[in-house]
Amino acid sequence: MKTETKAVNIDRSIGDFSYDVEYAKDAGVGLSERVVTYISDVKEDPDWVREFRLKGLKTFLEKPLPTHWASKDLEAIDFDKIRYYLAQGTAPKRSWDEVPEDIKRTFERLGIPEQERKFLAGVEAQFDSEAVYSNIKKAVGEQGVIFVGSTEGLKEHPEIFRKWFGKVIPIGDNKFSALNSAVFSGGSFIYVPPGVKVKHPLQAYFRINAENFGQFERTLIIADEGSEVTYMEGCTAPKFNTATLHSAVVELVALKGAKIQYITVQNWSANVFNLVTKRGLAHEDAEIKWIDCNIGSRLTMKYPGVIMKGRKARGEVLSIALANDGQHQDTGAKMIHAADETTSNIISKSISIGTGRATYRGLVHVPKHLKRCKNNTECDALLINSTSRTDTYPAISVRGTGNAVQHEASVSQVSAEQIFYMQQRGLTEAQAMSLSVNGFVNDLVRQFPMEYSVELKRLIELEMEGSVG
Amino acid sequence: MYIKSASMNELRVENLSVTIAGQKIVRGLSLDLPRGEVHAIMGPNGSGKSTLAKVLAGHPDYEVTSGRVLMDGENLFELEPDERARRGLFLAFQYPSEIPGVSIANFLRAAVQARLPEGEELEATDYYAKLYEKMELLGMDRSFTARSVNEGFSGGEKKRTEILQLAMVEPKYAILDETDSGLDIDALKTVAHGVNSLRSPNLGILLITHYQRLLNYIIPDYVHVMVAGQIVRSGRKELALELEERGYDWAREEAREMART
Repeated sequence: MKTETKAVNIDRSIGDFSYDVEYAKDAGVGLSERVVTYISDVKEDPDWVREFRLKGLKTFLEKPLPTHWASKDLEAIDFDKIRYYLAQGTAPKRSWDEVPEDIKRTFERLGIPEQERKFLAGVEAQFDSEAVYSNIKKAVGEQGVIFVGSTEGLKEHPEIFRKWFGKVIPIGDNKFSALNSAVFSGGSFIYVPPGVKVKHPLQAYFRINAENFGQFERTLIIADEGSEVTYMEGCTAPKFNTATLHSAVVELVALKGAKIQYITVQNWSANVFNLVTKRGLAHEDAEIKWIDCNIGSRLTMKYPGVIMKGRKARGEVLSIALANDGQHQDTGAKMIHAADETTSNIISKSISIGTGRATYRGLVHVPKHLKRCKNNTECDALLINSTSRTDTYPAISVRGTGNAVQHEASVSQVSAEQIFYMQQRGLTEAQAMSLSVNGFVNDLVRQFPMEYSVELKRLIELEMEGSVG
Repeated sequence: MYIKSASMNELRVENLSVTIAGQKIVRGLSLDLPRGEVHAIMGPNGSGKSTLAKVLAGHPDYEVTSGRVLMDGENLFELEPDERARRGLFLAFQYPSEIPGVSIANFLRAAVQARLPEGEELEATDYYAKLYEKMELLGMDRSFTARSVNEGFSGGEKKRTEILQLAMVEPKYAILDETDSGLDIDALKTVAHGVNSLRSPNLGILLITHYQRLLNYIIPDYVHVMVAGQIVRSGRKELALELEERGYDWAREEAREMART
C-alpha cells in the first residue's frame, strides 16, 4: 500500500512531532461490537481470542469508572471519540531497511535503531496499533528466546501463550484491563527457556502518532525456570489538542528461580490518559522487579504489582513519577504475599511541579497464615511550588505474627533558599531546579541500568526547563 | 561620603538603602572594593552586614529602595543572581543550603561548567585535577567529593566547602559572610590559609565578621565599621584592634551622631 507524508510538526521536546501517515486498516471512531469484530477480522484472530475480546467489551461496558476513589478527570475521556485500531496492515519487519520510510524516520529520530546497535539484545517498535519492527540478535534467538509481537505470539506459540494469557490479570480486573482485553493490539510476547540468562536488555518502543487515538498494547513475558531477562519499554506521543488514550496490560510470569526486570521510561505528552495495568506472578524463589518512570501524561494511573506465589519469592517496585503543571501522576505498587518467606520492597519517589499532583497508592497484603514475610515501603515526595500537591494512600494489611513490615514516608520541598544558593553558584533557576530534582531521585536512579539513568536525567532536565519561566 | 570615578576593576556600592518587609536595614551605604584588596566589614549583630551580602548577591527577599552597585562598571541590579555569579561575584554563605542527593563533585562541576562559553564542555580530567588540588589546600579528604552538598556537614565542613567552591569558580569579587562563625581555632586557621592562598591582584575580598579573631589570620587592607545599616568609620587594619579594645558601643555612639547630622 502507498503511504504519503504530508506534513511534519516539530516542537521543542523530543517526542513531540508527528508525521502524517495513511492507514490501510482503520476501525473508525468509537467502540462497539462491530469495532471489536473488525479488529479480530484484520488480525485473523483464532476463535478463543474472538471470544476473549467480546467478553472484554461486555465487561468494560458493565463496569463503572472507578471515580469513587480515582480522579474525576477520567470522566473527560470520551470513549465514543477514540479510534481503537490504526495500522498499515503489514507484518512487522525484521530489518529496519524494510520498514516503510515514513515510519522508520520516526524511530530514527527517537534514536531506537542506534540504541539497538549499541546495547540491546532485541527491539520491537510499535507504531499506533501494530508492531512495525521486531528483531532479536541471532545469538539470543538461537538460545530459544522468543521475542515477537503479541499477535504473532498468540498465533505462532499458542501452547505457551494461551496457558498464561489473561491469567495474571483477568479481564475483569478493572475497567481498563477489560477495555484492553476487547481491543488489544501490539505489545510484546517473550519467552525465555529454562536456565537461559539474556545478558542484554530486550526493548520495546511504543509510539502514538495519530490524534484521538487509543493504544492498547498487551505484553506477556514468561521466564521459565532459572532464566533471567530484562525488558525495557519507552513511550512517547506528540502533543495534540485532544485526548489520547494509552491503556496497556502487562503480565509477567517468573517460574521457579527466574528473574524478570521490567523497566519503563514513559514520556507522554500532556494530553495522554495513561491507564495501565501491570502485574507479575513470582513462583518459588523467583524475582520480579518493576522499575517505573512516569513522566508526562494528563493522568497516569498505574500500580505495578507482584503476586509472590511461591516460597521465597521476591517482588520489587522502584518508581519515579514527575507531575508537571496540570498533570496528575496517580501511581504506586501492589504486593500480594501468598507464600512463606516472601519479601517485597517498594521505593517510590514523586515530584510535583506547578499545579502538578502526585498520588501514591500502595497495597501490601500479607495474610495471617504466612510466616517470615517481609515488606519495606518508602515513599518520598518532593514539592517544587506552593501550588504543587502530593497525597499518600498506603494500605498495608499484615496479619499473623511472624511477619515484618516497615513503612517510611516523607514530603520535602525545594526551598527558595536552596535555589538562591545554587543560583549564586552560577546555575540558572531551571538548572538549579533540575539539579535538586535529580538529587532527590539520585539514590534510586543509581539502581537503574546506565543507559536509562542517563535518559531519565535528560528527561528531567527538559521538564524543568519547560516549567521555569 | 567620598566620591571617586567608577572603575572597571572594583565593586562599587553607592548610597545603598535596603528594606525587608518595610523595615530599613541598610541606610545609604557606600563602599569601594577594588580587586586585589581585602576589606573587612565589622559590626555588631543586626547592623545589616549579612543583608548587604545577600543584596549584593541578589536575594529576592530584599528591596533596594535607593542607590546602585556597580561591578566593573556594570549595574548589578539589572542582573539575575546567577548572572551576577557568572560575571564574577561570589558569596560564601553564613548558612549554606543542603542539596540532598547532589554530590560536591557534581555540584561544582555544574558551577564550573556554567561559566564556560556555550557549547564548550568541561574537561573532566582537568576539572578533577584542579578540584583535588584545592581540596588538599583546604585539608579536605578526596572522599568528601562524593558526599551530598552540605548534608549532615559540621559547621567547619560547611565553611570549608564554601571556600572550596570559591577556589573552584575563581570569582573577581568574593564576599565571605561570617565565615569564621562556628569554627574552632584549627578549622579557622585552615580556612584562613585557604583564603590567603587565593589572594591575588585579580580578586577583591569582602570579609564580613562580628569578631576581630578572623582578622588575625586574614589581614585586611581596610576595615569598615558598620552600625545600624551604615558605615560609621573606615580605616586601616589597626581599626579592628581598636574595636576589639573599645567594643561596639563607641561605634554605636558614632552612628547616632551621624544620624543627627
